[in-house]
Formats: sequence, C-alpha cells, structure tokens
Amino acid sequence: MSRVALVAGLAFLWLPILLLVGYAFSASPIPFQLGGFSLRWFAALAADERLLEAAWLSLRVATGAATLATVLGGLVGWVLARQGAFRGRALFGALAGVPLVLPEVVTGLSLLLAFVGLQTLLGWPTERGATTVLLAHATLGAAYAAVVVQSRLSQLDRGLEEAAADLGASPSQVFRTITLPLIAPALAAAWLLAFTLSLDDVVVASFVSGPAGTTLPMLLFSRLRLGLTPEINALGAAILALAGLALGLAAAMLHRSARHQGKAG
Amino acid sequence: MLRAIPFGWLLAFVAVPCLLLLAIAFSSSAEGVPPFAWGTLSLDAWATLTEDSFYLSAFLRSLRVAFITAALCLALAFPMALALARAPARWQPALVLAVLLPFWTGFLLRMAAWVGLLRDQGWLNGVLLGLGLIQEPLPMLYSTPAMLLGMVHAYLPFAVLPLYATLLRLDRGLEEAAADLGASAFTVFRTITLPLAAPGAAAAFLLVFIPAAGEYVVPEMLGPPEAQLVGRALWGAFFQDRDWPLACLLAVLLLAVLVLPIRLFQRLENRP
Repeated sequence: MSRVALVAGLAFLWLPILLLVGYAFSASPIPFQLGGFSLRWFAALAADERLLEAAWLSLRVATGAATLATVLGGLVGWVLARQGAFRGRALFGALAGVPLVLPEVVTGLSLLLAFVGLQTLLGWPTERGATTVLLAHATLGAAYAAVVVQSRLSQLDRGLEEAAADLGASPSQVFRTITLPLIAPALAAAWLLAFTLSLDDVVVASFVSGPAGTTLPMLLFSRLRLGLTPEINALGAAILALAGLALGLAAAMLHRSARHQGKAG
Repeated sequence: MLRAIPFGWLLAFVAVPCLLLLAIAFSSSAEGVPPFAWGTLSLDAWATLTEDSFYLSAFLRSLRVAFITAALCLALAFPMALALARAPARWQPALVLAVLLPFWTGFLLRMAAWVGLLRDQGWLNGVLLGLGLIQEPLPMLYSTPAMLLGMVHAYLPFAVLPLYATLLRLDRGLEEAAADLGASAFTVFRTITLPLAAPGAAAAFLLVFIPAAGEYVVPEMLGPPEAQLVGRALWGAFFQDRDWPLACLLAVLLLAVLVLPIRLFQRLENRP
C-alpha cells in the first residue's frame, strides 16, 4: 500500500520534469508537442546572450553567497554548539532560526528595508544589484548552514579534540587537524545547500535587486509571464543534467570519505 | 570576537530588518525614493487595509490554501516516507535522491513544466483530444486545482524528508512486539506507528504550511487571477502600487498570523 504511494508520489514528482526534458529535444516549435528529435532549442539557448549573462551573474552570486553563508553559518553553528551560556544567547539562537521560518516575501521585503536603511545611514550600498542579492542570499543560506554545522558539531566526539589538546596541540592546531576535517562534510553540505537556495530564489532577489542585477530566476520569471518557450525546456534539461552530475559527484565523494573513515575508525 | 561577527550579522540582517518592517508599516508614504518618510507615525496603511475587505479575504484564502496544501502533502508524504523507511537499506539512498532531485531542477522550471502540461495547447489536452475523450481543450491552467497541484509539487519533498527521518528512528521492535501479541497490521499501524510518528507528521505539516501561507510564485503562475493570496497582495502593494507601508503592514500581519505555527514548529524541532 505504502509502496504504491511511493511509486505514485515519485511519478507525480517526475512526470512534468521528464516531459520537459522530452520536449526540450523536440523539433516542433510549440513546446510539449512531440515532433522529430532536435537540438535546435539548445542552440537557441547557447545564442541567447541575455540569458547567458543572467546565468553567469547567478552563478557568481550563488558562489559568493554560499561561501559567505558557510563561513557565517559555521560561526553561528559553532557558537550555538560550543559556547555555553553567554549574555544574549537566547536572542542569538532565536535570530539564527528566524530566516528558516519567514515566508519568502517577508524575507525579501525586510532585507530590502535593511539595505535602504543602510544606504540612508551610511551611503552604502550605493545601488542595489548583485551585491545586495549576494548579501541577502548569504543571510538566508547562513541560517541553513548553521543548522547543519551545529548538528554535526554536537554529534562530534569531544574526546578526540581533548586528546589532541592533552598531547600538546594548540587550540588552532586542534581546530585545523581535528575539528575542521571532521566537520568538513557538514561544511560542504552547507555550501551546497546555500548555493542551491541562491540559484533557485526569485522572490527575495526580486525585492533586493536593482536594474543592474537580473539573476537567472528573475529573467526566467519575467519571460514565463509572457509565455512558455521551447528554450525554457532546453534550459530545464540542461540544469537537470548539471544537478544530476553534481549530485552524483557529491554522492561519490561522500561514499569515498565514508569508506575512508570506516577504514580509519 | 568569534561571537561578535555572527551576532552583528544577525542583528543587522535579521533583527533590524524585522523591526524596520514594523516601523515602516506605521510610517506615512511619500513621493520619491524610497516611497515612505522615515520617522513618521501614521495609520494610513492600517486604514487602507481595514477599509477594503479584499485584504481580509486574502488572508483567509491564504490560510485555507496553505492548509489544504499541507494536508495534501502530508497525506501523500506519509505513505511515501513509510515506504522509503521500510525499503531495503541499499535502495534507500537512491530513493531519497529520487525524491530530492526534482527539487534540484529549479522551482521555476518545475512550475513551467506544469504550465506546459496543463495549458490549452498543452500535453494533457493534446492526449485527451487525441484519444477523442474531449472535443475542445479543457481549461485547466489558471485554476485553483492547478495551483494546488503546483503547490503540492513544490512542497512535497519538504514533507517527505522529516517524516522519513522520524520513521527511520522509530523502534521497529515495538511494532513487532505488538504484532507478536496478536495485533493486526492495521492495529499496529494505528496504535504504534501513527502515535510515534505524530510529532514528525506535525512538523512536516507545519514545514509546508508556513511557507505556503506566504507563497507568491505558484499562485501567480498556475492559479486563477481571482486567487488573491497574501503573497500576491503584498507583491502588488510593493511592486505595482509602490505602497511600501501597506506591503510592510501585510508582512507584519502575515508574521503575526504565523507566530503560533512557527512556535509550534520550533518546539517540535527541539524536542529530544
């Protein structure tokens, strides 16, 4: 009974996506109509400069936002997992959880107000665009990264760090040789999560961006309002292939590191 | 120092923005950029909101849509998660990946795929016409069912994963003991599995309900024009009417409505 639901659920999740891929390779000019096999939409995609420009901007923003989010979220996770009581801990913990539960429109609007406020107060950021989107996505990503890092740190065997310290390692040596390698998978997962969140976001970016910062989802959204084009199917197929490849690589790496750790332990 | 950086960040980009929402919700709007006046106190947005029943019905509609979405997700996700958790261990990573990968194709592209499926010249109408079941295309896109379909598609993985984690941790010995003592499969499910999974199910429900209540993109792409939800009202107030105080007030009220589910969700997440 539950297996039937699993198959049905997976079919529901996959059916539209598989159709999208199928029609990306179709020759007919109307998307989602079967015709002969064709790669013309991929060629059109490769020639679409505005789209490529937006994709390149999105990749840069997502890379920067994910990196900043991992550092900040790592620090937040560290403070929550390792620093016991301090003044304002309750506030710190509560604030760290807020971006996880805010609806997107609220996150977007509130961050925009923060940028407008900063601009009024400090004269920076002078204009909204890639930078403000990056900072907004980093804030969102950091909240997720903090959860991942905190849970990894609290599962960690403190004995290993204590042993290294007992044997004369300085705190920075302990961190570099023991803690960092042990939380590396969590940091990688956090980075990937923040990267995906950034690449996928249209709502927050629409609020905080300006005329100079059209990300790929923003461009896609504005085009989709005008109508579905076959190029969009091709883009979907290309992104699915890339995501599959990235996930495959990540799975292979995790598998290797798990085997590696299994041998060591 | 280690604490100062993240604390400063959280204050500047989480605490202050939320306070600004509240402040500007009660500021007066102004000509210019930004279209409100700092440091003013005004109930204009509040007056706009209370004069027009449109906003109250948008809130009620949003809550209803979020509730239906979360309930549908839970109904589908529970048996899916059960099957995942009970599948042979070596199959589980691949199956979890199969649930997650659609999530990775990009939210907008998945919604675009539904547009392609449901529209008048779309695939579904093509098949139905081809089979001779209908003579004219059925108008399916821009309807409430299409919107709900898209919402469930967007949020289903959010419901499956926490339920899967809960069911995986569940002690199978309890179910076996009940079965050994003569309980039927249904009784085991009703008296053991379901109560033990209830907190996970509640968390999954809320994890869908909270973001769904403020959803903007899915109703915009798949829903009927009259499906004016809070997310769309806020977006319209901000982007079309350039009424920032009103947009902020809607955001504040949305948060006020969601405080209870959010607190409940956080309590479920922090349970031992």
